[in-house]
Amino acid sequence: MSKGLRIRKGATIKLEGAAEKIINDNVSSSTYALNPDDFFAMTPKMLLKEGEQVEAGTPLFYAKHDPRIQFVSPVAGTLQAIVRGAKRKILEVVVSADAEGKAVKHKVDTPEKMGREKVIELLLKSGSWPFIRQRPYNIVANPDVQPKALFISAFTTAPLDVDFEFISKNHKDSFQSGIDVLKVLCEDIILGVDASFSGVFEKINQITRVPISGPHPAGNESIQIHHVNPLNNTDKVWTIRPEDVINIGLLFETGQFQAQRTVAVAGSLVKKPHYIKTKIGAQIAPMLKATHTENSTPARIINGDVLSGNQIHLEGHLGFYNNVISVIPEGNEYRMFGWMPFKDNNVPSISKTSFSWLFNKPKKANTNLNGEERALVVTGEMEKVFPMEIYPMQLLKACMAGDIEKMEQLGIYEVVPEDFGLIDFANTSKLEAQEIIKDAIQLMIKEVG
Amino acid sequence: MSYLRRKLDEIKRPFAKGEKWERFAPAVNAFDTFLFVPNHTTSKGAHIRDAVDLKRTMITVIIALLPALVYGIYNTGYQHFSQLGTEFTFMDAFIHGAWKIIPMIVVSYVVGLTIEFAFAVYRGHEVNEGYLVTGLLIPMIMPVDIPLWMVAISVAFAVLIAKEAFGGTGMNILNPALTARAFAFFAYPTYMSGNKVWVSEAGALDAVSGETILGSLAAGQSVGYSTFEMFQGAIPGSIAETSTLWILVGALILIFTGVGSWRIMVGGVIGAAVMGFLFNLWGANALMSFDWLNHLVVGGFAFGIVFMATDPVSAAQTLKGKWIYGILVGIFCIMIRVFNPAYPEGVMLAILLMNVFAPTIDHYVVEGNIKKRTKRWAKAQLKTA
Repeated sequence: MSKGLRIRKGATIKLEGAAEKIINDNVSSSTYALNPDDFFAMTPKMLLKEGEQVEAGTPLFYAKHDPRIQFVSPVAGTLQAIVRGAKRKILEVVVSADAEGKAVKHKVDTPEKMGREKVIELLLKSGSWPFIRQRPYNIVANPDVQPKALFISAFTTAPLDVDFEFISKNHKDSFQSGIDVLKVLCEDIILGVDASFSGVFEKINQITRVPISGPHPAGNESIQIHHVNPLNNTDKVWTIRPEDVINIGLLFETGQFQAQRTVAVAGSLVKKPHYIKTKIGAQIAPMLKATHTENSTPARIINGDVLSGNQIHLEGHLGFYNNVISVIPEGNEYRMFGWMPFKDNNVPSISKTSFSWLFNKPKKANTNLNGEERALVVTGEMEKVFPMEIYPMQLLKACMAGDIEKMEQLGIYEVVPEDFGLIDFANTSKLEAQEIIKDAIQLMIKEVG
Repeated sequence: MSYLRRKLDEIKRPFAKGEKWERFAPAVNAFDTFLFVPNHTTSKGAHIRDAVDLKRTMITVIIALLPALVYGIYNTGYQHFSQLGTEFTFMDAFIHGAWKIIPMIVVSYVVGLTIEFAFAVYRGHEVNEGYLVTGLLIPMIMPVDIPLWMVAISVAFAVLIAKEAFGGTGMNILNPALTARAFAFFAYPTYMSGNKVWVSEAGALDAVSGETILGSLAAGQSVGYSTFEMFQGAIPGSIAETSTLWILVGALILIFTGVGSWRIMVGGVIGAAVMGFLFNLWGANALMSFDWLNHLVVGGFAFGIVFMATDPVSAAQTLKGKWIYGILVGIFCIMIRVFNPAYPEGVMLAILLMNVFAPTIDHYVVEGNIKKRTKRWAKAQLKTA
């Protein structure tokens, strides 16, 4: 038990339509899809052709930089389509599910008996390896690396985000067996939990629990890593999401690849927001139907939370790492004199030029930019929502200039785009901070590796 | 509202992409976005955005400036009539002041915005809102009787040399409004100092005692005002700098809304108070023995530290840097006042000086952060080695 972490900087944005704590596992999906873009800086190489039969756990494609890293089908069926975009880039690999549900079986033993080598081999072969991601850069972990620590954040702070305690409640044993597997990979496992109530996570052994409190982005792994065991220039740290710990646990219990995903479908356009238990890559449309999502107004459907998620269309599929689908109205309307201070206080704002902060009621946010992009003028506002010992504005400027040495010095290794979600939201000049950081990390991977 | 919107869309049609007047779109957009926050939606990054934008920020500064401006207008008339020795009402004074000052504001906006619009069209970016504040600040820190053409030239100099030459809003090193005043101060000294310029139409009167307090102190004369009078602001001086009371109201607006940095303001007051106190102990000349509290309420100090030093572009950008910057502005302001009788108004030069050094301050603050990180890296390397 660690003494805990109290984050002070940041902001909690309360939005309408938080998911009610009911799990609905009765939503079917006829197709499942993997989107290679979910795996940062990974180029996919297809293993199968359209029309081939697959079982749950059959590899669909592998990573060009390391063929051992395979991405497998979450369900049994037929490889229906490889959707390609510009320059033949693979956008989606779609599998249509069949009723039989055959699955690839793997031989398993207790992780202690198998040892590190064999465990890694099984995780790679079964397609569970991509659950583990590596910092810096938040890429799929390199199996040859010995990380100095493994971080799991079960504390979420993003708007409308899931409650991992609720999801994990009925999977305590699988969670523990997942931890036992990970323990073989890395001695130092740190589990960030909600300081006010950690429930089922109290009973998990073999880990260091860090109770965390504070506003968003306290739930981001970067923040926890930075304050608990910061990354140095050559260090590697791994991260894994709580539900994937359960998936790995289940793999060792059943010998089959597990792709369980409990998703909170939330947002002001969702009439009955609640949790849906499904599989990675499931269709979005049936989930929106099950939650009675309004379809008359133009909506923004987001794979992930409203600050760092990706926009998807109605025909899209659930992302690999996502536990949230947010649906909010598009904001393509004009607001007369909307620039006036203290006007339109229903627009969420953490600036004191609005009385928005006075009303604790959840807000109805839309996607309006609420202004236009401008040169950087206001200073100090980014620091207010960035709880790390890093100068965000200076780092962003170094990133814009592509100055690799400066970026290194200012802490690029310790951040990922989602940490700048609140900066995107809050900054007066409407600077696209996440985009800048994303491009900068891509540059780092290319130039430094 | 929808009728107005439709009309506007109609007017804007020839300025759309690929149309005849596309080049001039920034000019039209500048007006349109003042009526309506545009319908642009997020296309990358966070899907929701804060209600705050640069327009709202700049308008907040203008609101904060209004109390000092309104008092400045009244004081212009008050100084004029009380020197004249005639009976007058509040309205008389206000109208006299308005006649003097509104033309200056109009000239400042027309000249400045014309240049801004021209640059926006030429460079193909939207018009930045920064000049709304600069354009109001410039007349507010000028002596009331300065000819309008001098205002125009100062504005043009400030916008072209201090701002656009560096790349426009957000890139300038010096505060543009102070640059305008410094330009006028050095180019037309007879209109910017002395005992005739601070009271409107003082030239027509013989026995005017229209010297500013700092000016009379530098000349070795005594001050005929109490601390409260100086605080309240019925004294000669640049248009809006005299009333510390109403400037304080503006400061509270800036601090409450978070638009102005309280660190710079508090730092500046601390710096000036400590410096003033030290000089009080020394007391070698009239300005040195001028009470440190009075130093805070006379001259342009209050106006400068609240509205000029806090300009986020030309000030230090890091939190620690803001403290250092503010304190140094305060220290240098009093030092220049006391040591240099030719420039009794120290705050202008103090802020411009610190504008130049702000990037250096930030550099060392950020360097501290970098050093901490590299030290941590080195320590980690030792452990693994």
